[in-house]
Amino acid sequence: MSILVDKNTRVMTQGMTGKVGQFHTQNCIAYANGAACFVAGVTPNKGGQYFEGVPIYNSVLEAKRQTGATVSVIYVPPPYAAAAIDEAVEADLDLVICITEGIPVHDMLRTRYKMAGKRTLLIGPNCPGLITPDEIKIGIMPGHIHRKGRIGVVSRSGTLTYEAVGQLSALGLGQSSCVGIGGDPINGLKHLDVMKLFNDDPETDAVIMVGEIGGSDEEECARWIKDNMKKPVVGFIAGVTAPPGKRMGHAGAIISGGQGGADAKLAVMEECGIHITRNPAEMGRVMKKVLLGGK
Amino acid sequence: MKIHEYQGKEILRQFGVPTPRGSACFSVIDAVAAAQSLGGNAWVVKAQIHAGGRGKGGGVKVVRSLEEVRRAAQQILGMHLVTHQTGKDGQVVRRLLIEEGAVIAKEFYLGMVIDRSRQRVALLASSEGGMEIEEVAAHHPEKIHKLWIDPVEGLVATDAARVAKKIGIPDEAINEAVLILQGLYRAFVEKDAMLAEINPLVLTADNRVLALDAKFNFDSNALYRHPEVVAYRDLDEEDAAEIEASKFDLSYISLDGDIGCLVNGAGLAMATMDIIKLYGGSPANFLDVGGGASKEKVTEAFKLMLKNPNLKAILVNIFGGIMKCDVIAEGVVAAAREVHLAVPLVVRLEGTNVELGKKILAESGLPIISGSDMADAAQKVVVAAKENQ
Repeated sequence: MSILVDKNTRVMTQGMTGKVGQFHTQNCIAYANGAACFVAGVTPNKGGQYFEGVPIYNSVLEAKRQTGATVSVIYVPPPYAAAAIDEAVEADLDLVICITEGIPVHDMLRTRYKMAGKRTLLIGPNCPGLITPDEIKIGIMPGHIHRKGRIGVVSRSGTLTYEAVGQLSALGLGQSSCVGIGGDPINGLKHLDVMKLFNDDPETDAVIMVGEIGGSDEEECARWIKDNMKKPVVGFIAGVTAPPGKRMGHAGAIISGGQGGADAKLAVMEECGIHITRNPAEMGRVMKKVLLGGK
Repeated sequence: MKIHEYQGKEILRQFGVPTPRGSACFSVIDAVAAAQSLGGNAWVVKAQIHAGGRGKGGGVKVVRSLEEVRRAAQQILGMHLVTHQTGKDGQVVRRLLIEEGAVIAKEFYLGMVIDRSRQRVALLASSEGGMEIEEVAAHHPEKIHKLWIDPVEGLVATDAARVAKKIGIPDEAINEAVLILQGLYRAFVEKDAMLAEINPLVLTADNRVLALDAKFNFDSNALYRHPEVVAYRDLDEEDAAEIEASKFDLSYISLDGDIGCLVNGAGLAMATMDIIKLYGGSPANFLDVGGGASKEKVTEAFKLMLKNPNLKAILVNIFGGIMKCDVIAEGVVAAAREVHLAVPLVVRLEGTNVELGKKILAESGLPIISGSDMADAAQKVVVAAKENQ
């Protein structure tokens, strides 16, 4: 097992024929069971064509009906990406992963509003995607740094997730699934949602949670962990040195109105029993220590 | 993207929100002429900078004669206005807003933000106008009224009226207040704002409601569909290095330390700043070169960092995923040569093609210090910066 996706997941790619979509689709197909997993592409007006042997359809609904794909990954450019999510939700898919960075916030507000009461889950936008090592990679992360194992990883950042994964793999700690929830202020699954899934996954023993400045998702997740989590959690928050009022690369990484600072997040996390580290080079080692300590 | 108060008021008026009459001026002569053409016997001379707290810093003056307008304009134009948001050097005032004076009976606060947890636009309103909302929130949270707005229905009149009543707008002015609240909401949505504030909104002695201030911050991801907002951009109010960086699609933020950082990815870039601090150093900047950094981009990034006179050392921290380490290494070597790098350079490479990347750095003949991992690289760059003081 793993969370959200495994080798039996069937995926369609929205925006497969663009430059970015092509590049990452090739990499995803080449990873583990990818050739069997990636079954369809969606590009309006290009239905009937093929890319890397994968058939292209004009709509999400058509791709779903023809191939049975229940998950979609989106590389559509920002002005059209929210509408691409809407289409996947309308087609009643299980899960949508939106890689696109730069979607206007008000577009995402409307899309999230429309998703209320629907069963489709959203990861992202502005995220690296998710991977279940040795089974399936959906997104833009480098597959080769991952090892199959029993540590869950959830993070708002891309390369900082790779850093955490790289440290784990180097210490011989493989991963069950790694989920990048994205750096935008309005997004789908949050730390808390992914943490619940890891808590219920019998093949996950412990979780690394990587957060950053802005918002209060990490605090909300920490409070839930305190009362409900059965597994140890190691945490890091990026941006202790970030000045207030400045957008640190990610649209959502901003301390505003005195809210969302890293120190405050770390304090709540520590209070809630999370094994925090203030050193991003120590995430893997802290996890190893926690596992050896049996707690 | 931020704009000036007078620009914000232009937007508000387009959406039916009344403001005092006024005009933007760039010189003392213009200021006096503007006051003359406004008429009356009281005016407000207001410094136009992007930071808040202008009144306390001496950037807002109420005057009662044209001679006083002239003197106030002379005093404020060109001053280094220091507020709690500008930093200690302050911001040079280049523009003024000359407005007719208003007889104020009562002040209120109106704000609009994106509530991330609820994923809605939230309206904040308070009877405590003129104060910073953070202060009110800290001392009198019960005086802030919040309303989360349904994106399909919009801000309905009955809800707006209820909020207006709660903050103490008298019955005879409620209808006007409702139109103001609805206008603010429409402006917020139609212009893709992330933050809007009217502080204060005032009730005049003759029961009119006016926006005495206007503050907007727009979603930079939505500027492509708002050329009219982009036209309001004032580069004088922005950091020169950050403007330069945006031309090359680099995400750069100036900080006050002495160790330059060049990193791929926003999260890793923040973590790199943090680890430098953890080992006793101080970062000079945040710099995310993004996922597809070319040789040219890396060179531009080096040039940007080197413009900082405080720079004592540089740390390059790359976790190559899609971006290959050998490509970055070639970029670093070419950049170091092109800019005749004179400060110590520590490079940490990890990920795709890392061995090839390290080989390119070693064979370049440049005095590059190699970091085996993030901690090692951070410790080395902190030492290098101290030795280079």
